[in-house]
Amino acid sequence: MSISVKNISKSFKKVHAVNDVSFEVKEGELFGLIGPDGAGKTTIFRILTTLLFADKGTVTVAGFDVVKDYKDIRNHVGYMPGRFSLYQDLTVEENLAFFATIFGTTIEENYELIKDIYIQIEPFKKRRAGKLSGGMKQKLALSCALIHKPKVLFLDEPTTGVDPVSRKEFWEMLKRLQQKGITILVSTPYMDEASMCDRIALIQDGKILEINTPQEIVKKFPKAIYNISANNMYKLIEILKEYEHNYSVYPFGEFVHYTDKRDDFNPNELLQFLEEQQLQNIQINKTQATIEDTFMELAK
Amino acid sequence: MGKENIIEVENLTKMFGDFTAVNAISFKVKKGEIFGFLGANGAGKTTAMKMLIGIAKPTSGNAQIANFDVYKNPDDIKKNIGYMSQKFALYDDLTVKENITFFGGIYGLSRTQINKKTIELTEELNLQEVINQLVGSLPLGWKQKISFSVALLHNPKIIFLDEPTSGVDPITRRQFWEMIYKAANNGTTIFVTTHYMDEAEYCDRVSIMVNGKIEALDTPKKLKELFKVDTMNDVFLKLARE
Repeated sequence: MSISVKNISKSFKKVHAVNDVSFEVKEGELFGLIGPDGAGKTTIFRILTTLLFADKGTVTVAGFDVVKDYKDIRNHVGYMPGRFSLYQDLTVEENLAFFATIFGTTIEENYELIKDIYIQIEPFKKRRAGKLSGGMKQKLALSCALIHKPKVLFLDEPTTGVDPVSRKEFWEMLKRLQQKGITILVSTPYMDEASMCDRIALIQDGKILEINTPQEIVKKFPKAIYNISANNMYKLIEILKEYEHNYSVYPFGEFVHYTDKRDDFNPNELLQFLEEQQLQNIQINKTQATIEDTFMELAK
Repeated sequence: MGKENIIEVENLTKMFGDFTAVNAISFKVKKGEIFGFLGANGAGKTTAMKMLIGIAKPTSGNAQIANFDVYKNPDDIKKNIGYMSQKFALYDDLTVKENITFFGGIYGLSRTQINKKTIELTEELNLQEVINQLVGSLPLGWKQKISFSVALLHNPKIIFLDEPTSGVDPITRRQFWEMIYKAANNGTTIFVTTHYMDEAEYCDRVSIMVNGKIEALDTPKKLKELFKVDTMNDVFLKLARE
């Protein structure tokens, strides 16, 4: 196991930020912690990267204990925190050289590993890090986290607030890094990114709701889900919420995802009911559950 | 009803030195419409929005917001709109109630109006248990819902929302959109930016900005037809990748 987390808990005063969390990440795996702000993702990252002590539980990373062998861990992991934390007053090149020196290596020695990413910001290597755009900062931070060729890479919400195009590119970069044998633990609040991971842990309020492959997680959704649309979305939601047999009603893009309490649910009956409520262009079609459906069901 | 334009923008441009951040954008938004303002990071959305809410002066072009001119009447614009940014929520070290009172006061509401609004909001958002708690102690989802309601305190004609749901859990994110639908249904115009492409589908119409220009503007359905794809995410990827 590359990462092994056993029953860790951490409280800040009265807040249970992390509550009896356990999971394992295999060598070479791309593992995702999926959950909203405040779920405890950052606290877990800080414990795993030896920056914070857990109140309870044990953790090993790359075979080292986070408490006893913290120095070894720091030499073998790369960490990209959620908040940009490079030196704003140093140039792109200086930041990279700084991190390489700290870890007793040189840019040249491990250039192959970062080439793919660094090449995109190399034209701006004389620019101060503080003056870079969001996407470029992210690429620099990733280069700095990789320059000592870590065994395990920790990425805390690397795509938060990033547009869909840059997000897609970022995940493609991660896939390529994974192929180079690096174990990656990444967190994100975007549920649609879960499918890019080998396995994921869904997390909310400091607790893990489920751990599995993205495919298995959606398979476990207990109900039949229907896509419903009509001419007036607002009315449709209001009416469905008042429908006595509804189990869940959630807006999902251009549709509402609907599940019914009854096992013998007949969509035609619902169609008739909606027509009686003066809705038009009603469509009801069976659909597949997504990670987000599953998350909401588990978080209920 | 619904025909009246509440936002009219014509060739609006903003330059910073040689750099054209917003390049002659034009569009109209109708009263009560939910208008999605999309674009990649750095496409110029925030700069455009700042001009629309009267805090940045355009280099050229025209814009009328709630019938007020962005050059001549920026202060009237501010009184007639609500604005909710992704970062600034509310004052963390004031209670929910104090925040409502404070912002109500800023917007010129009377004591009676503020008290009435406080009672209304408490019921609507089920705030009974948290009304006297410090805002800083509440989960992000709560903060965003309260901050949306606070931005609506003075019954603005338009509300501008800058990535209101970033990082919010999926259930609260949907409750938030139900609040948006409700406000729109009551006649408030919604102008919203987001990186969640499923939320783009909730909008009546969306515009997509690329390098300072609006490259597409229509209903989500028509945009998907136009680009021959199934989701707004694919529309976005096609456009922004050129």
